[in-house]
Amino acid sequence: MTGDSLPAWASIIAAVLLVVGGLCTALGSLGLLRLPSFYARMHGPSMGNTLGLGCVLLASMLLASVTSGKAVVHEVLITVFVVTTSPITAMLLMQASVRRPKVPPAG
Amino acid sequence: MNGILDFAIGFAQLCFVLAMAFAAIRVLRGPRAQDRILALDTFYVNGMMTLLALGIRSGSTMYFDVALLIALFGFVGSIALSKFLLRGEAIEP
Repeated sequence: MTGDSLPAWASIIAAVLLVVGGLCTALGSLGLLRLPSFYARMHGPSMGNTLGLGCVLLASMLLASVTSGKAVVHEVLITVFVVTTSPITAMLLMQASVRRPKVPPAG
Repeated sequence: MNGILDFAIGFAQLCFVLAMAFAAIRVLRGPRAQDRILALDTFYVNGMMTLLALGIRSGSTMYFDVALLIALFGFVGSIALSKFLLRGEAIEP
Protein backbone atom coordinates (compact mmCIF):
# COMPACT_ATOMS: atom_id res chain seq x y z
CA MET A 1 0.00 0.00 0.00
CA THR A 2 1.06 3.57 -0.55
CA GLY A 3 3.15 4.29 2.51
CA ASP A 4 1.84 4.48 6.08
CA SER A 5 3.39 7.91 6.70
CA LEU A 6 1.21 9.69 4.17
CA PRO A 7 0.08 13.10 5.46
CA ALA A 8 -3.63 13.72 5.79
CA TRP A 9 -3.92 16.56 3.28
CA ALA A 10 -2.33 14.46 0.52
CA SER A 11 -4.68 11.57 1.24
CA ILE A 12 -7.75 13.78 1.16
CA ILE A 13 -6.79 15.65 -2.01
CA ALA A 14 -5.88 12.41 -3.80
CA ALA A 15 -9.11 10.75 -2.66
CA VAL A 16 -11.22 13.64 -3.94
CA LEU A 17 -9.36 13.62 -7.26
CA LEU A 18 -9.81 9.87 -7.64
CA VAL A 19 -13.54 9.98 -6.88
CA VAL A 20 -14.11 12.89 -9.28
CA GLY A 21 -12.08 11.17 -11.98
CA GLY A 22 -13.97 7.92 -11.57
CA LEU A 23 -17.33 9.68 -11.74
CA CYS A 24 -16.33 11.66 -14.85
CA THR A 25 -15.15 8.51 -16.59
CA ALA A 26 -18.26 6.53 -15.75
CA LEU A 27 -20.48 9.41 -16.90
CA GLY A 28 -18.58 9.77 -20.19
CA SER A 29 -18.92 6.09 -20.96
CA LEU A 30 -22.56 6.13 -19.91
CA GLY A 31 -23.04 8.88 -22.49
CA LEU A 32 -21.38 6.63 -25.06
CA LEU A 33 -23.89 3.95 -24.22
CA ARG A 34 -27.07 6.01 -23.90
CA LEU A 35 -26.98 8.89 -26.40
CA PRO A 36 -29.09 8.45 -29.53
CA SER A 37 -26.90 9.26 -32.54
CA PHE A 38 -23.23 8.86 -33.44
CA TYR A 39 -22.49 12.58 -33.47
CA ALA A 40 -23.96 12.90 -29.99
CA ARG A 41 -22.03 9.86 -28.79
CA MET A 42 -18.80 11.52 -29.89
CA HIS A 43 -18.97 14.01 -27.02
CA GLY A 44 -19.24 11.78 -23.98
CA PRO A 45 -15.93 9.90 -24.09
CA SER A 46 -13.90 12.72 -25.56
CA MET A 47 -14.68 15.09 -22.69
CA GLY A 48 -15.53 12.85 -19.76
CA ASN A 49 -12.66 10.47 -20.27
CA THR A 50 -10.08 13.17 -20.80
CA LEU A 51 -11.18 14.96 -17.62
CA GLY A 52 -11.20 11.70 -15.65
CA LEU A 53 -7.76 10.79 -16.93
CA GLY A 54 -6.44 14.21 -15.93
CA CYS A 55 -7.80 13.79 -12.40
CA VAL A 56 -6.38 10.30 -11.97
CA LEU A 57 -2.98 11.34 -13.27
CA LEU A 58 -2.92 14.34 -10.93
CA ALA A 59 -3.72 12.05 -7.99
CA SER A 60 -1.02 9.61 -9.05
CA MET A 61 1.53 12.39 -9.42
CA LEU A 62 0.65 13.86 -6.01
CA LEU A 63 0.87 10.51 -4.20
CA ALA A 64 4.15 9.53 -5.85
CA SER A 65 5.68 12.92 -5.08
CA VAL A 66 4.60 12.89 -1.43
CA THR A 67 5.67 9.28 -0.92
CA SER A 68 9.13 9.64 -2.44
CA GLY A 69 9.77 13.13 -1.08
CA LYS A 70 10.73 14.66 -4.42
CA ALA A 71 8.78 15.85 -7.45
CA VAL A 72 7.75 12.94 -9.67
CA VAL A 73 6.46 14.26 -12.97
CA HIS A 74 6.65 11.36 -15.40
CA GLU A 75 2.85 11.05 -15.47
CA VAL A 76 2.87 14.29 -17.45
CA LEU A 77 3.97 12.14 -20.40
CA ILE A 78 0.65 10.28 -20.49
CA THR A 79 -1.30 13.50 -19.98
CA VAL A 80 0.42 15.30 -22.85
CA PHE A 81 0.13 12.29 -25.11
CA VAL A 82 -3.56 11.64 -24.48
CA VAL A 83 -4.55 15.32 -24.60
CA THR A 84 -2.70 15.63 -27.91
CA THR A 85 -3.96 12.48 -29.58
CA SER A 86 -7.56 12.21 -28.45
CA PRO A 87 -8.77 15.15 -30.62
CA ILE A 88 -6.91 13.68 -33.63
CA THR A 89 -8.75 10.40 -33.28
CA ALA A 90 -12.07 12.20 -32.81
CA MET A 91 -11.46 14.37 -35.88
CA LEU A 92 -10.55 11.44 -38.12
CA LEU A 93 -13.54 9.41 -36.95
CA MET A 94 -15.83 12.35 -37.55
CA GLN A 95 -14.47 12.84 -41.09
CA ALA A 96 -14.85 9.15 -41.79
CA SER A 97 -18.41 9.19 -40.51
CA VAL A 98 -19.31 12.25 -42.62
CA ARG A 99 -17.83 10.85 -45.82
CA ARG A 100 -19.02 7.27 -45.55
CA PRO A 101 -22.00 6.38 -47.72
CA LYS A 102 -25.23 6.21 -45.82
CA VAL A 103 -26.89 2.86 -45.49
CA PRO A 104 -30.50 2.77 -46.67
CA PRO A 105 -32.92 2.58 -43.75
CA ALA A 106 -33.76 -0.99 -42.97
CA GLY A 107 -37.33 -1.92 -43.86
CA MET B 1 -6.23 8.26 7.26
CA ASN B 2 -5.42 5.68 4.60
CA GLY B 3 -8.96 4.38 4.86
CA ILE B 4 -10.21 7.32 2.81
CA LEU B 5 -7.60 6.66 0.15
CA ASP B 6 -8.41 2.95 0.06
CA PHE B 7 -12.08 3.71 -0.38
CA ALA B 8 -11.37 6.26 -3.11
CA ILE B 9 -9.13 3.88 -5.05
CA GLY B 10 -11.72 1.12 -4.80
CA PHE B 11 -14.46 3.48 -5.93
CA ALA B 12 -12.39 4.70 -8.87
CA GLN B 13 -11.62 1.14 -9.95
CA LEU B 14 -15.30 0.26 -9.75
CA CYS B 15 -16.15 3.28 -11.92
CA PHE B 16 -13.50 2.33 -14.49
CA VAL B 17 -14.73 -1.25 -14.70
CA LEU B 18 -18.29 0.03 -15.12
CA ALA B 19 -17.11 2.36 -17.89
CA MET B 20 -15.30 -0.53 -19.60
CA ALA B 21 -18.53 -2.55 -19.44
CA PHE B 22 -20.46 0.32 -21.06
CA ALA B 23 -17.89 0.58 -23.83
CA ALA B 24 -17.96 -3.18 -24.39
CA ILE B 25 -21.75 -3.14 -24.70
CA ARG B 26 -21.42 -0.35 -27.27
CA VAL B 27 -18.82 -2.37 -29.20
CA LEU B 28 -21.23 -5.27 -29.39
CA ARG B 29 -24.34 -3.18 -30.13
CA GLY B 30 -23.00 -0.32 -32.26
CA PRO B 31 -25.05 0.02 -35.40
CA ARG B 32 -22.18 1.08 -37.65
CA ALA B 33 -18.43 0.64 -37.80
CA GLN B 34 -17.55 4.11 -36.51
CA ASP B 35 -19.54 3.47 -33.32
CA ARG B 36 -17.48 0.37 -32.67
CA ILE B 37 -14.20 2.20 -33.29
CA LEU B 38 -15.22 4.98 -30.92
CA ALA B 39 -16.18 2.43 -28.29
CA LEU B 40 -12.83 0.63 -28.71
CA ASP B 41 -11.06 3.95 -28.24
CA THR B 42 -12.98 4.55 -25.02
CA PHE B 43 -12.29 0.98 -23.96
CA TYR B 44 -8.52 1.24 -24.12
CA VAL B 45 -8.49 4.59 -22.32
CA ASN B 46 -10.55 3.04 -19.53
CA GLY B 47 -8.23 0.04 -19.34
CA MET B 48 -5.29 2.39 -19.07
CA MET B 49 -6.94 4.21 -16.18
CA THR B 50 -7.65 0.92 -14.42
CA LEU B 51 -3.95 0.15 -14.63
CA LEU B 52 -3.09 3.59 -13.26
CA ALA B 53 -5.40 3.07 -10.28
CA LEU B 54 -3.76 -0.31 -9.71
CA GLY B 55 -0.37 1.42 -9.79
CA ILE B 56 -1.51 3.94 -7.18
CA ARG B 57 -2.76 1.09 -5.00
CA SER B 58 0.43 -0.93 -5.19
CA GLY B 59 2.86 1.99 -5.20
CA SER B 60 4.94 0.52 -8.01
CA THR B 61 6.01 2.35 -11.18
CA MET B 62 5.77 -0.67 -13.44
CA TYR B 63 2.08 -0.10 -14.13
CA PHE B 64 2.88 3.38 -15.39
CA ASP B 65 5.03 1.98 -18.22
CA VAL B 66 2.28 -0.46 -19.17
CA ALA B 67 -0.24 2.40 -19.23
CA LEU B 68 2.03 4.48 -21.47
CA LEU B 69 2.40 1.56 -23.87
CA ILE B 70 -1.37 1.04 -23.94
CA ALA B 71 -1.84 4.73 -24.76
CA LEU B 72 0.70 4.58 -27.62
CA PHE B 73 -0.54 1.39 -29.26
CA GLY B 74 -4.20 2.20 -28.72
CA PHE B 75 -3.74 5.53 -30.48
CA VAL B 76 -2.02 3.84 -33.43
CA GLY B 77 -4.80 1.27 -33.67
CA SER B 78 -7.58 3.86 -33.54
CA ILE B 79 -5.86 5.98 -36.20
CA ALA B 80 -5.36 2.95 -38.45
CA LEU B 81 -9.01 1.91 -38.17
CA SER B 82 -10.23 5.48 -38.78
CA LYS B 83 -7.98 5.82 -41.83
CA PHE B 84 -9.32 2.55 -43.14
CA LEU B 85 -12.88 3.83 -42.80
CA LEU B 86 -11.93 7.15 -44.38
CA ARG B 87 -9.90 5.97 -47.37
CA GLY B 88 -10.40 2.26 -47.74
CA GLU B 89 -6.79 1.46 -46.81
CA ALA B 90 -4.71 2.21 -43.74
CA ILE B 91 -1.32 2.98 -45.33
CA GLU B 92 -1.48 4.75 -48.65
CA PRO B 93 1.24 4.07 -51.21
